[in-house]
Amino acid sequence: MTDFFNTTVGMSYGWAWFVATIIGILVIALPLMLAVAMIIYADRKIWAAMALRRGPNVVGPFGLLQSFADGLKVFLQETIVPAAANRGLFLLAPIITFTVALIVWAVVPFGAGVVLADINVGLLYVLAASSLGVYGVILSGWASNSKYPFYSALRAAAQMVSYEVAIGFILISVVMWAGTFNLSGIVMAQQSTLNLHINAFGINPLLFPMAVMFFISSLAETQRAPFDLTEAESELVAGYQTEYSSMSFALFWLGEYANVLLMCALNATLFWGGWLPPIDWAPLYYVPGIIWLFAKMLFFFFVFSWVKATVPRYRYDQLMRLGWKVFLPLSLFWVFLVSGVLMLMRVPVAG
Amino acid sequence: MIQAIAFYLFAIIVIGSGAMTISSRNPVHSVMWLILAFFNAAGLMVLVGAEFIAMLLVIVYVGAVAVLFLFVVMMLDIEVAQLRAGIARYAALGLALAAGLLIEIVIGIKAWSAGTLQVSRRLAPTDTAVPNIQAMGQLLYTRYLFVFEAAGFVLLVAMIGAIVLTHRQRGGVRGQNISRQNARRPEDATRNVQPPVGQGVQL
Repeated sequence: MTDFFNTTVGMSYGWAWFVATIIGILVIALPLMLAVAMIIYADRKIWAAMALRRGPNVVGPFGLLQSFADGLKVFLQETIVPAAANRGLFLLAPIITFTVALIVWAVVPFGAGVVLADINVGLLYVLAASSLGVYGVILSGWASNSKYPFYSALRAAAQMVSYEVAIGFILISVVMWAGTFNLSGIVMAQQSTLNLHINAFGINPLLFPMAVMFFISSLAETQRAPFDLTEAESELVAGYQTEYSSMSFALFWLGEYANVLLMCALNATLFWGGWLPPIDWAPLYYVPGIIWLFAKMLFFFFVFSWVKATVPRYRYDQLMRLGWKVFLPLSLFWVFLVSGVLMLMRVPVAG
Repeated sequence: MIQAIAFYLFAIIVIGSGAMTISSRNPVHSVMWLILAFFNAAGLMVLVGAEFIAMLLVIVYVGAVAVLFLFVVMMLDIEVAQLRAGIARYAALGLALAAGLLIEIVIGIKAWSAGTLQVSRRLAPTDTAVPNIQAMGQLLYTRYLFVFEAAGFVLLVAMIGAIVLTHRQRGGVRGQNISRQNARRPEDATRNVQPPVGQGVQL
């Protein structure tokens, strides 16, 4: 697109790059907002169906416009900043949550070469950006100057830092198998895994346990049930969001679901072939890659909702035990195992 | 042009947020300014082509160290006035450090401008076409393998040391036995009884 603005429209290279990047960002961010609105509706419908309820069905056909009605409602509400709150950080916190949820999408490949920033440290960028997510929660809890949000912030900080360690090791084993940190490279490395004509690392018996652990860790990382202790309504009112109202609350809400969608995309990209069709069979490549990616993301989102509807919440010490005493040693061991197998197979590592 | 704009933007924010880190009154604000400084320093590293170091800076310092820092600072009840009193006491030391750093910068610039850089005399120049993750890997795991391993070993010792220093065995604690908790079935824990009408349950 930079070339188009540079040669056809006749801008200088700098401006052409600038305009092309801005358009690229908008092309990802705006549909993402729409997708978040629809995915909230889907979440509520799936949850309702599992509880034998109807779910939202009043606003628009089948209640499809429910999320937009909710959005309009919070938009028209008054923004209340508690008198005792630390005003600057209180307003900064939801902005951080929302921004961090958006910036990771820059490296997610939607198709062959369809990616905003095709950087060779893509996966490290994902880790770096997701480690920022914790600041929105900690700051909102602290700046609210209220007890329950603060408890929630402490829980969130401990939880997200713990699971990031395990996620890091899981990603390392994927990176070793793929031989690259670039997300497009990881997708391409999954083509016909083990020569079985299936495009997914997940079918590799060595990486399947990692896929399962990554899915569970992504539940913990996005603070979805059964790890939603940061907003456990039975203990902490609404956790770190308790003091928020209007758009500042809506930003948390959007950021949370954008993060969930992102984790679905990462699950699909890292272990289940990303934009490649599930089976390595030529006619399937005529379907655009983005459709395969969306199908996989929707599947993972359904599983996220399914877990939310059926699994009871973890106790906090159990959560910590799972993170530090089960996932961390297991994923560390798996890094040894994968590198050992790669050594034995004498895979020619690049470089 | 865009690179120049980005450089000056990042550089100004690094210096500004560094200044705010030491001058802001609220310790939590200080940590937030520090995080902003880390972040923009990472931006500068991306500009000079060291994207791997930049990402590690964000993951390690912003993602882990600063979180713990923020954690501690939020829990502490720091008296700002007390901190202010310390400034006068340590002013001499601070100025000495600043002077030392200034001298180092001047020596560095003088040495750099003394003559052209002799690329062949540099230690292990790497190919510019190699991405810097691979370049670092090739150096760390071949030429500097033992230094790298030794650094890892020092970190391990430090970690064990921290655990030894802080871990206290307390007596009389009823710890959890996870496997026994998991092995417990409803049949072991509950019992159905059908007491006659008018009588309580006999336990």
